[in-house]
Amino acid sequence: MSVKQISVFLENRPGTLCEMTEVLAAANIDMRAFSLAETSEFGIARIIVNDVYKTTTVLRDAGYVHSVSDVIAVEIPDRPGGLHGVMKTISDAGINLEYIYCFLSGKTGVAYMICKVADPAAATMLLTAKGAFLASQEDLSEL
Amino acid sequence: MERYYQKEIETASREAIKKIQSERLVEQVKHVWDNVPYYRKKMEAAGVSPADIKGVEDLSKLPFITKADLREAYPYGLVGVPLKDCVRIQSTSGTTGKRVVAFYTQADIDLWEDCCARALTAAGATDEDVCQVSYGYGLFTGGPGLNGGSHKVGCLTVPTSSGNTERQIMFIQDLSATILCCTPSYAAYLGESMKEMGLGPGDIPLKAGIFGAEAWSEEMRQSIQNTLGIKAYDIYGLTELSGPGVAFECSEQNGMHINEDHFIAEVIDPETGEPLPEGSQGELVFTAITKKAFPLIRYRTRDICVLSSEKCSCGRTFIKMSKPRGRTDDMLIIRGVNVFPSQIETVLLNEGYPANYQIIVDRVNNTDTLDVRVEMTPELFTDNMGEISGRQKRLQDSLKSMLGIKAKVSLVAPKSIVRSEGKAVRVIDNRKI
Repeated sequence: MSVKQISVFLENRPGTLCEMTEVLAAANIDMRAFSLAETSEFGIARIIVNDVYKTTTVLRDAGYVHSVSDVIAVEIPDRPGGLHGVMKTISDAGINLEYIYCFLSGKTGVAYMICKVADPAAATMLLTAKGAFLASQEDLSEL
Repeated sequence: MERYYQKEIETASREAIKKIQSERLVEQVKHVWDNVPYYRKKMEAAGVSPADIKGVEDLSKLPFITKADLREAYPYGLVGVPLKDCVRIQSTSGTTGKRVVAFYTQADIDLWEDCCARALTAAGATDEDVCQVSYGYGLFTGGPGLNGGSHKVGCLTVPTSSGNTERQIMFIQDLSATILCCTPSYAAYLGESMKEMGLGPGDIPLKAGIFGAEAWSEEMRQSIQNTLGIKAYDIYGLTELSGPGVAFECSEQNGMHINEDHFIAEVIDPETGEPLPEGSQGELVFTAITKKAFPLIRYRTRDICVLSSEKCSCGRTFIKMSKPRGRTDDMLIIRGVNVFPSQIETVLLNEGYPANYQIIVDRVNNTDTLDVRVEMTPELFTDNMGEISGRQKRLQDSLKSMLGIKAKVSLVAPKSIVRSEGKAVRVIDNRKI
């Protein structure tokens, strides 16, 4: 059960992020999660949105280089030790995380962790079997 | 089968070419002596008179004309005929100083257009072809020169001039243009734009392109040929000598034949001014032997290249010049090392980066810095940061091994480097020296 994440190439200079958010705002894109990875040279904005097709279309039209990849969204109980419990499960399953970022939802008591893993389908099976809850694209859209 | 526009002269024996050159040179030197006081003074200062010039073997006795002379004699000082006999001027963009203004009689324009017609014919153009001229029209020689050549060949000429990419593509498609004339960077840009529109080489009616007015590498040729599905031919020229068509490529796509019945070429040592033997790399010098309004003798082009009179499979006997390997004046000296933008372009294309780049040179704490800005493309982009950084590092290593000095690579947003419709601004030198 994977979720589509859009990665956008950005130059590392003042204003580039604002130019991108302007494009998304103008198209009325609702973002679920946002994360920025950067080197001194360039950055990659990673976003989870309510409408993947519309977002990639407006980004392309605005001239942004971007790609869409599959990530998994793992539900985390929003309480002390909640993240650790999920991490333990992931660790026990022997899954290597390339990167993660977390966000809180409006849903009381639940946070989500977006994980980039080599094989989202295999990770989904392993984690579900160990009792973790994974959100689908629809689940995230409904938040 | 190879086609020629003026077969007799294009395939004449070397002896016949030399004889024509000698006759025309003798006549041209007299013409300049009689009509261009500026150059006559230079000849007198060098202790040479028309009587000393009996043929091409005496060429090196004559003094050079340089860009500085053009500036000093601006605007009329080098004109060889009364202005009432001139019918047009063309001019350079003036990016490296004062504009050059060149004058033409009707006969000068005629021979210039013949040169362009030879280039078009060598690229396969016939009166059945539709030739789109996307060089700028106006003061720039690109548009008018190829336009005239295209008329002479009998192509249906589409004078789109530069710019308005959508309209360019619309005409190429709607009128089934088969020949495209523009700068190589604009050809690459048109190719990218068509690809974005979902057009592959098979959907584009073009079969050949004539691309000049700026330096481009063999790798860039391959990439343009693949994207547009055409044969891409180089053409050489400069406003001072008429415009495009001083030399052009044939089916071999390996060096440009110089129109030697109109221009005598020499290669000299840029430091000493001494002529170098054939096959040596040096500065290209041209003598225009037929143009009357702006008759330049031994004009130093500042282009670095090599001449070769090896037999060409196309049947043309005109000597060939290599692609300019750089210019004596766009050669950058960075930390004491000679760097040509063309070397950087070669590395970029080899590593799979687009040919659109910018070189920024600066001086920080008394040390020169070299920053190569390259655009990110959808093909190169991945969500994996390490992969992008690794590729960037590889490019830096390749640049270092090619140039011998360290270069920083910056990845910038797509289409953020300005595309040229005239000449590309490849180098920004911020050093205050």
